[in-house]
Amino acid sequence: MHRALISGIAIAILCSVIGLFLVLRRYSLFGDAIAHSSFGGIALGLLAGIYPLWTAYGVSIASALIITKIKDRYNISGDASIAVLLSSGIAVGLVIIGLSGGFTIDIFSFLFGSILLVSVNDTILILSLTGGILVVILLLYRQILYSTFNEEQAKVSGIPVEKINYLIVFMAGLTVVTSIQLVGVLLISALFVIPNVTAIMYGKGFKQTAIISMSFSIFSVVIGILISYIFDITPAGTIVLLSIGLFAGTIGIKSAGLLSKH
Amino acid sequence: MLIVEIENLTVQYPDVKALDDVSFRVDQGDFLGIIGPNGAGKSTLFDSMLGLNTKYTGTIKFFGEDIRKSKNYLKEIGYVPQKPIFEKNFPATVSDVVRMGLKNESDESKINEILQQLWIHELRNRRIGELSGGQLQRVFIAKALVNNPKILILDEPVTGIDQQSIELFYSILRELNSKQKITIIWSSHDLDAVNQLANHVACLNRTLFFHGESAKFFSNDELIKQYSEASMQEHMHHH
Repeated sequence: MHRALISGIAIAILCSVIGLFLVLRRYSLFGDAIAHSSFGGIALGLLAGIYPLWTAYGVSIASALIITKIKDRYNISGDASIAVLLSSGIAVGLVIIGLSGGFTIDIFSFLFGSILLVSVNDTILILSLTGGILVVILLLYRQILYSTFNEEQAKVSGIPVEKINYLIVFMAGLTVVTSIQLVGVLLISALFVIPNVTAIMYGKGFKQTAIISMSFSIFSVVIGILISYIFDITPAGTIVLLSIGLFAGTIGIKSAGLLSKH
Repeated sequence: MLIVEIENLTVQYPDVKALDDVSFRVDQGDFLGIIGPNGAGKSTLFDSMLGLNTKYTGTIKFFGEDIRKSKNYLKEIGYVPQKPIFEKNFPATVSDVVRMGLKNESDESKINEILQQLWIHELRNRRIGELSGGQLQRVFIAKALVNNPKILILDEPVTGIDQQSIELFYSILRELNSKQKITIIWSSHDLDAVNQLANHVACLNRTLFFHGESAKFFSNDELIKQYSEASMQEHMHHH
């Protein structure tokens, strides 16, 4: 249980930080697309008898980087490239599952998450990846923020915008696959998007918005895990419903005129 | 000291020649006003100078060095775009945006200093999506200046700025050039303002048909007439 909570908090922080940059780049569904492509990677791992998360890391990061390259070179719009990535991952997964002789119970734990079953090794992996990614973001904070704000001006300031874009895609790939254990493939983008769109409505500066988003995310994950443990229901659904509750509450406060409008 | 040297700059787009054999120089401390009708190639010129457009022939040198060889010159440039495009809901305050321009992030005092100089200190905690056109323009000038650039390149916004903000903007430019000795390259549609502020004028209409001291341009009725006719034709063409 405490392993689930510790891993859950780390994932909550990681998803809300990476998610904030994705949301502001109008890349909200990118997390979803990477998660779906990781489904192909998981199926591949199960078929080959390799620990499925490792193949998921490989497949989803590689496909995310490739699709970003194709998008830049052939000028395909962001939403269309996300659709390509999303469907190709699922398609590969389905074909592989077909080849291996049908669905197994393992696939379901990846589709819907299984944070209550997280192992010591998984917890260590989650904590070290969270630490590593947060350090990279802190070190390159200005460059990442500036190129998210306006790519052209960031370029004129001498920031290597293309490299930063690939770095974000790479970190998003790592984050998504790491977070699959918490909410599964199907609900991953909720963790990326909902706490951030909620936090943005509070009208604060960048750092405060990031802190509000992390707090909402941690709240949903911790309370969600506890509720699901007590009532024996799926943590993924509970966590996402709680963050939707915070989103709805914020809309309520805002429409009552208690928050400044933008 | 020579700061910018542009020689035989030509930019050929598939359907049109955006710039045709443009050559001029900018010395340290110059205040160059670039005028020309819409579609005259001003933005293409700026994009090429800033490294955003690399498909050109000819050479562009900053501080004696070809910009194709090194991007170091960008450190010395503050750039204010014509239209600062950003997500309306972007969670950044005025201070956040100015801080993006700051290379050494520990230098917080510099941010306050520049905000005060541009009369936007009281807006520092406001979200940028809430500001008026004139206020935004000053925020982007602050971002361009916070790193102590030697050159300021400004693409003047055409619409959305009130008269009072325009006056303030002009007095800020004058002070930056005369007191802080910043070299300014400024594209504008306002001939009177260029006459009052700039000491050099480049008149562009795909080719450069005048470059020199602004006094020479503005005392030559024939040149002004040519410019007005070109602008008028472009204006009629657009309507």
